[in-house]
Order: sequence, then structure tokens, then C-alpha cells
Amino acid sequence: MYRYDQYDQEMVDTRVAEFRDQTRRRLEGKITEDQFKPLRLQNGLYLQLHAYMLRVAVPYGTLNGTQMHALADIADKYDRGYGHFTTRQNIQYNWIKLEEAPDLLADLAKVEMHAIQTSGNCIRNISSDQYAGAAADELVDPRPYAELLRQWSSFHPEFLHLPRKFKICVIASDNDRAAMRLHDIGIQIVKNEAGEIGCAFYVGGGMGRTPMVAPLIREFVPLDQLITYSEACLRVYNRYGRRDNKYKARIKILVHEMGKDEYARQVEEEFAHLLEQGIEPPLAELERIKPYFADPAFKIGLTEKADRSDDKFARWVDSNCMPHKAPGYVAVTISLKPVGGIPGDASTAQMHAMADLAKEYSFDECRVTHAQNIVLPHVEIGRLNELYGKLVQADLATANIDQIGDIIACPGLDYCSLANARSIPVAQKISQRFEQNGKGEMLGQLKLKISGCINACGHHHAGHIGILGVDKKGTENYQLLLGGSEAEDTSLAKITGPGFDEAGIVDAVEKAADVYLAQREDGERFLDTYRRIGMDPFKEALYA
Amino acid sequence: MPDNLGTSPDDVQFRFRDDEVVDHAAVTVDAFLDQSNAAAVRIEPGDDARELLPHLERIKLVEVNFPGFMDGRGYSSARVLREAGYEGEIRAVGEVLIDQLAIMRRCGFDAFAPVNTLDEADAERAFNLWNEVYQKTTDGRAPIWQKRHG
Repeated sequence: MYRYDQYDQEMVDTRVAEFRDQTRRRLEGKITEDQFKPLRLQNGLYLQLHAYMLRVAVPYGTLNGTQMHALADIADKYDRGYGHFTTRQNIQYNWIKLEEAPDLLADLAKVEMHAIQTSGNCIRNISSDQYAGAAADELVDPRPYAELLRQWSSFHPEFLHLPRKFKICVIASDNDRAAMRLHDIGIQIVKNEAGEIGCAFYVGGGMGRTPMVAPLIREFVPLDQLITYSEACLRVYNRYGRRDNKYKARIKILVHEMGKDEYARQVEEEFAHLLEQGIEPPLAELERIKPYFADPAFKIGLTEKADRSDDKFARWVDSNCMPHKAPGYVAVTISLKPVGGIPGDASTAQMHAMADLAKEYSFDECRVTHAQNIVLPHVEIGRLNELYGKLVQADLATANIDQIGDIIACPGLDYCSLANARSIPVAQKISQRFEQNGKGEMLGQLKLKISGCINACGHHHAGHIGILGVDKKGTENYQLLLGGSEAEDTSLAKITGPGFDEAGIVDAVEKAADVYLAQREDGERFLDTYRRIGMDPFKEALYA
Repeated sequence: MPDNLGTSPDDVQFRFRDDEVVDHAAVTVDAFLDQSNAAAVRIEPGDDARELLPHLERIKLVEVNFPGFMDGRGYSSARVLREAGYEGEIRAVGEVLIDQLAIMRRCGFDAFAPVNTLDEADAERAFNLWNEVYQKTTDGRAPIWQKRHG
């Protein structure tokens, strides 16, 4: 994985010094809270309901064991012994003291990490496919391109005061595991007819109040123009993105209101101009970055079969292991969704355990997924039994990846100052319900996503089943949505009808699941059945 | 909207130019485009700096106004002018704060007239904080990728 050179290190060290000075000026009253707010946000520091929350960037979701250990140490030193992995492959801490934040950032910098631009109206952490470098279906490893974009977007002087936040995702497979088209810019690394590698740009996707699937803006941007084209996309947005209404300020609204063809035309015009400015790093820079992501020394002649005599182990293998490009290996997803647990949370002990396991079983590498789980990307099939045993000991062996218990949920009203309703208790009750009724595994792939308000941090629009918490005359109420997908078959979920109370929404999810179980045809997932039979049979079951 | 507005040389707190401070009243972009003798123009966030490009030879001062520091359109305006070869003064006016000085410099601003005077020591620190930069702009600084590859 990528390692900092002296320049990268100097940049994060300087950032720590800058934020220390900003914090000093704030504590001395030299700057107002209004002036300080964007500064702390661009260092990942939010003021939540009860305390400051600090979000640490995990670029394209990749971590080494040392970094995971450091994240655990931070949870102990500055928080309450927990960290929360997020839908943008980051980690956040919920109980941070402002005066300690500069020291926390300094601790991060020691392990080549930072919290730069994890919040605020700027280009956020670049996300990617959690199986990058491991997936059999990828064209190339997308991470070198993501790293190139990370450096370009960090401290970009023109784009630190955008109309609104800006999220970029880079993938290199036709199978989208990163919700690429639900980003402000989604980039897919592709090959053109001439056999050259380049980038397809999808611009103007997003969730939030107004969910949109990003349209294709340009089919092919040559690799030696990637940064220049990105800069053109951003400049047109900075110029025309709405600033009169923060709910209409994302680029998706601009692309929608301007029309994708007109937006693309303006980008082309700016692109032609910027090509003459020489702002693109040479291809040699990409070549410098690539070897950091070279394959580890995969062994050859490994067994391709694990001992499946233990039924629990076999079920875990079936749900949590993903085929690997190297024979004899799999990518293992560690579920952070234990039955009745808080989705995405990991204790200090669990983070230390995952760091050790990454080192021992996966070439010292782990990944954060947008579904709030952790991946060990390169595990020998012959060592899976041993690994499983250690995961059981660390309470990390839940076998439910992409099943109904593998719920994405935002922090909700338990933590968030924007939320209208709690998300975590609903997630806990649903996972408990489907454990008790034994239907979880039977249902197969069923992605359930819960947001505690219309800002949609829990991706409810993209859930096969989505749940949206709203405030109904002072009480929490939950709307049910069906039919969304964040994958390559991207679609937006639709609301079934009137909402439910907390107990009612759990029943409603079970009723919807039962409709699927009764009506499914061979090989159909919940989503496929919904798409075939439509909303009506579900409505009948829900509101009869 | 009056045609004549803008800052005076006395309002300029920081300046990175050797020439004399321009003392023309800056007019709006519309007024500027209407009269051929104007030499100073003020760009508001909603103005398109590209409209000035055919007239760069007669411009001695561009003021870019930041009515609120969160509105970042002025950064693009300054870069557009510099990228087109404009070498006159670009003065940041309005809500200019310590923590914007360095990025404004990077975008081509070379004079600063903050509506509220800034602490000199804090400003000095801010201007000199960043030894390295990741991006190429027109400020003449070599980005990190250039240092890596010569």
C-alpha cells in the first residue's frame, strides 16, 4: 500500500501545526465560532449532540496493521474505547475534546494518517472498491488513481470553499461495490477500443434529500488528463453550483438543472483551457505510485479447499468470503454487524485483533467497506479455519455479509444533531428479529439501510429495503422503502406508503421479507423479485 | 448600485507587489464593460471573470469581493484572470480571514484589503506556513510532483 515520502509527511505535519494554531486562536477568542467552524470541519471535527465527533480519513479504505493499531490506541486515549467505521470507508470517534484534537491529529500523522477534508464544503476522502487488488473482476487496481486524486484534492486552493461537500469514488470493475454512481464524481477505470486505459466520468450522483444516479458525462478521459479533467469538473461546479440554498447546492442539482449535456459542454470548454495550463502531473507520478499497490508475494500451489466439516464455519465461508484473483486465496469480510450490535462499531480490543490478523493472514493489509465492515483482502484458503477460530474469539465471526443483518445505519438521534429519529435501535431490533425467526440466512442477499433523517447518511435510497426515520409531530416515525441498489444496477428505492412506529417498522420489514419468500423464483434475490412483481404485493401485505 | 465603489490604498493591509498601489475606484463588471476608460474593476461572487478577458490590457486593478468568507467563487475568478495572463493587482476585499490568506496567494491574489484588520503576526505565520504544495497554479511554486520528477 501507499507510503508517504518526505513531501507527503511534511504536508500532514504542516496541517497539524496549522490546526493547532487555529485551535489556539479559537480558544483565545481571536476567531469566532462561525469562522472556526469550517476550519475544524476541514479537519474532520463536528460538533454533535453531546460532544465533538472526529472523522479520520482512510484513503480508498486501505489500512495497514500499524494504522489499525493506532486507530485503536486513539479510541482508548481520546474516546471511550470505540471507533465507528463509516459508509465512506472512514472511521469516526464520538467523544472528542476540542483541546485534545490537535494532539490526536499529531498521533495520526505519525502513522501516515490524517483527518484532512473529511468534512466541510470541499473534496472529501476518495473512496474505492474494498476488494481493489484482490478482485478477480477488476481491470486494474483503482487505488493508484485514487491516490493521485487524493494528492490533487488535498488543500486544493480553489476548491476549499465549494457550494457544498464533494465526494469522489474510483472503481475499476463492472461490478460496483462502492456505490460509484451515487457520488458527486464517480470514476470507472475502463479500457477503450484501442486498448488504452482511461477514465469514464459519471458526475452528479448523490443521496441526501434529492437522490440522483450520476449520468455519464464523458466516456473516456486519457490517464494523462485525469487531473485536468477533474479540475474542469470542479471549476464549473464552483462557478455555477447554487449557494442560495444549501439543500440545492450539491453538484447533482446543478447537473440536473443545467442538463448533463450543457454541463458536459461547459466542462469541455474549461478542460480545453486547462490543458494549456500544464497542471497535470506527469505519467511518471502515476508510475511512481503504482508499485506501492503491486501484488503481495502470493504463494503458488496452495490448496483451494477449506475443511468445511464445521457447519458454522462453512456458513461463514459462504457468506463472508469473496473469490480472489490469486488461486488459493479469498478476500475475507469481517462483519461489524453482530446480532443486536451497533453497525460499524469496533472496540479497541477488536481493532487490535483485526490489526494482528491483518498482519498474520493478509500481508498486513485491511480495508474498510462502505457497508461498514472490514476486509482482510488476501487470505489463504488453507488458513481460513485457523483465522475463523481467532475471529470467533474476538467476537468478529458473524456470518451475515450482504444479508439482512448486515445493516448500514447512520448514527441517528443517539449521536447526530441533524437526525429526526434513532437508527441504531431499529437496526438492533431488526437483526435480533431475523436471528430469532431464523429467516436471515434463508433470505440470502438483502441489503437493508437505515437513515435517521432525510440527509440519507444511512443510504436508505439505495437499500433493497430502506428505512427513513422522520419526526412525526414529536414522535419518531419510520418510512419503508423498497427496491434501491447501490451496485452496478443502481436504482433508487420507493416509499411503500404511510410510516410505522419503532415496533411497527420491524414487523413491516418482516412482512416484506415474507412476501419475497412466498413469491421468489429460482435464484432471485429480494431485489429481483421486487423488480419483477412490483410494489403492489408488498403494499397489500403491509397495509392490509 | 453606484458605479464607483471599492477600496482605497489605505485599506490594503498586505501587498506582494513592487509597483505603486493602484488608486482607481473599482467599478462593477457591468459598468466596466460599458466604459472604455475604467482601469479598476470589482468582481462580485456571481460575476463571470471571463467577461474581462478581452480587456485585460486596460485593467490595472481587479478587486475580488468576498461578502462572506464561505463563498469560494472568487478563488476561481482570480485563477481565471491569472491563467489568461493578467499581471496586474488582484486584491481580495471583504471578509478576508487569516486562514484564507495562503490559498488566496496560491490562486493569484497579491493584495489584501480585509474588512476587519488582521493580526499581523498571525497573518505572517499564515503566509509562510506551507513549504510545499500539491497542485500547480500560476503562483510559480513547484508542486510536489514536479520536485519528485524534476
